[in-house]
This record gives sequence, structure tokens and C-alpha cells, in this order.
Amino acid sequence: MKDPYEILGVARGASADELQKAYRKLAKKLHPDLNPGDKTAEERFKQVAGAYDLLSDPEKRRRFDSGEIDASGAERPRERYYRDYASAATNGSPYENPSGFADFAQNDDFLAELLRRQARQARQAPGADVHYRLAVDFLDAINGANRRLTLPDGGSIDVNIPPGVREGQILRLRGKGAPSRGEGPPGDALVEIEIKPHRYFTLQGDDILLDLPVTIQEAALGGSVRVPTPSGSVIMTIPKGSNSGTTLRLKGKGAARRGGGNGDQLVKLKVMLPSEPNAELNEFLSKWAPGPNDNPRRDM
Amino acid sequence: MIISKMEFLYRSHLDQETLQVWIEEEWLVPQVSEPDFTFTEADVARAQLIRDLKKDLGVNDEGIGVILNLLDQMYSLRKALAGKSGAMGSFPGEDS
Repeated sequence: MKDPYEILGVARGASADELQKAYRKLAKKLHPDLNPGDKTAEERFKQVAGAYDLLSDPEKRRRFDSGEIDASGAERPRERYYRDYASAATNGSPYENPSGFADFAQNDDFLAELLRRQARQARQAPGADVHYRLAVDFLDAINGANRRLTLPDGGSIDVNIPPGVREGQILRLRGKGAPSRGEGPPGDALVEIEIKPHRYFTLQGDDILLDLPVTIQEAALGGSVRVPTPSGSVIMTIPKGSNSGTTLRLKGKGAARRGGGNGDQLVKLKVMLPSEPNAELNEFLSKWAPGPNDNPRRDM
Repeated sequence: MIISKMEFLYRSHLDQETLQVWIEEEWLVPQVSEPDFTFTEADVARAQLIRDLKKDLGVNDEGIGVILNLLDQMYSLRKALAGKSGAMGSFPGEDS
């Protein structure tokens, strides 16, 4: 980087006021947003601003003057300038203002047509999309439901939750977003689904998991038991000699699959002793002993 | 890319009251979407320009409005002219 005094065009002994005056004079000329057509303005403005940042700080200026630091790295960093956005602005930018040349556009058919087209596109630009979150009950997520989403402004929109909707899925409701600035269609509402946990069902992929407590008798001798599923109870046969951890599959009772069809419900048995000690059972068990091959801990 | 008001204030180094004034002056025109204003990257850059004008260039508040108004006209004109040269090959009246 060149000498900052030279960049600002001031003498080394310039006062703070003189510095500011010199800087403002250059900045007014060089600010990139005021010079959208001048590609070199940005580079020069960065140098000028950097030189001013260095010299307007008394401590930095002292160290520079005494040779402790040089002017390198003094360029002022900047992400983007407004001109980058204003030039690339999509139609419908609220800052557009064609009033300054509306008159001569009338005498130029081609320009007039362009302006008309731009104005029309601006008017017809759709409104912004608006994001919402909706917490739904587990069963509503599996079975589908209609729910009303209350908006912060007191309004509401009806959300049709499709069966098998997933956590984090985003439902797009056409035309339920912010209104257009002009005559365009409103934007969309984007509703992110959050599924509340269920007391005993959980979802794993397309399958629904359920831990089903059974009596020791049902496990040993088998039997028919009533099992809840999201679509209502069904009767399920427990095979003889089932155990804690035995998993039975109810085909098609899971969540709707994306490509059609349904997952399964996986019922994991949990053998329960009677909640109160049972004298009869205890008496029987005291006479019963597992066979020599029946040590459940033999693999440990 | 939509920017929340909190993020906008943070990135633009602005406080709530100043932003309110700038919006009332129509220096900034954010999207009105519930529950609050939302902003774009262009608004962030425009806020930076306003800060440059006020702080670096010493423009007073009356001057800011004048400058922004003229800048908006200039940028619109530039865009129209850029569109004109870009559209030379196509038929006017057809949406591109």
C-alpha cells in the first residue's frame, strides 16, 4: 500500500480536521455506491478509507509516523456494496424508482415497452414465503388430520396434514404467505412439522414400535391379545413359548410410505409378573426348577 | 434469503430506535411479514451505505433522503438501460 498521507493528499503534519476534510472530499467522489459504473472506484475507495482509518486513530498514526507499523493491511474490508444488489435487483425491489426518466421513456417506444414490462413484472411479483412450525400429535401424523394453525397476528390457516407426515417435513401451502407488494399472488406458507411423542408408540423409519406387556401365562401358553395400533385395536396371536423381547410383526399397520403402501407395526413382548405377589404362582415356582440347559445367563 | 430483524440489527450495527426512524423516513423498506419485519441482503448493504453517508461523508439527515432518492432513480435507470441492451435481440412485449 502507498503512503497513506499521499493517498489522502495531505501533508504529514495535517491536523485531524484537515484529514477528515480530505477524506470526505475523496470519499464523496469515490464511494462505490455513488459510482456504480466505475469499476476502479471500489479499489480506490478501499485504499482511501483504509488510509483514513489508520491516520484518524491517534495511536495508530503515532506508531505509523515513528515507523513502528507500516500501512499494509490497512485497507478497509467490506463484504458487498449496495450497488451490487441495486444493479442485480430482482423486479419488485421496493427501492426502484423510474420517475426520473418516465418522461423521455414516452418518446422511445422501445424503452417505454421495457419500462412497462418491468413495472408489470414488479406489480406481479409474488409476496414472500413465510415460515411456521406446527406441533402435531403422533396419531395425527400417522393417520393424517386437518389442523388449524393460529398465526401471530390472530389469523389462522387450515393445514391438511397428509397421513405419514414425518418430523421436519415442510408442507407448502400455496398462497398462504405474505401478500404481494403489487398485484401479484401472495407467497406460500411453509409449515415445518414437529411430531409430539406418543405415550407408547414410537416411529422408526416407516415402522411403528410398540412394547406390549403380556402375562407370564400368555407368554408361556400363547393366546390372543388385543393390541392398540394407530388405526384402532386388532387381535394378535401370541405364539406358545414367547419371551420378553420376542417381536411380532403386524403387516401394514405402520406409517404410510413415501412411494405408497405402509410400514409395519413391530410389537415387542414384555413378560410381566403379576403386580402383586401371587401365592399360587410362587408355590408352583418353588417346586419347579429350570432344566440343566435352561440357564438364561449361560452366554455371559 | 430472508433475514430476521434481530439478525439485521446485529449485522448492521443498528439499534431498534434508529432502525425505526430509518423505516419511517423510508430509507429502508423491509418486508412486512408476521410477526415482524424481515430484511434482505440488499437491505443490509443499503444500511451500510446509509452509515457511510452519515458517518464517513458527513451527510446530514435531510441530505440522506435526497441522495437515496437520486440513487434509486439512477439504479432504476441503469437497470432499464441494461435491460434495453440485453433485450435488443428479443421482441418487446414478451415476458422473458
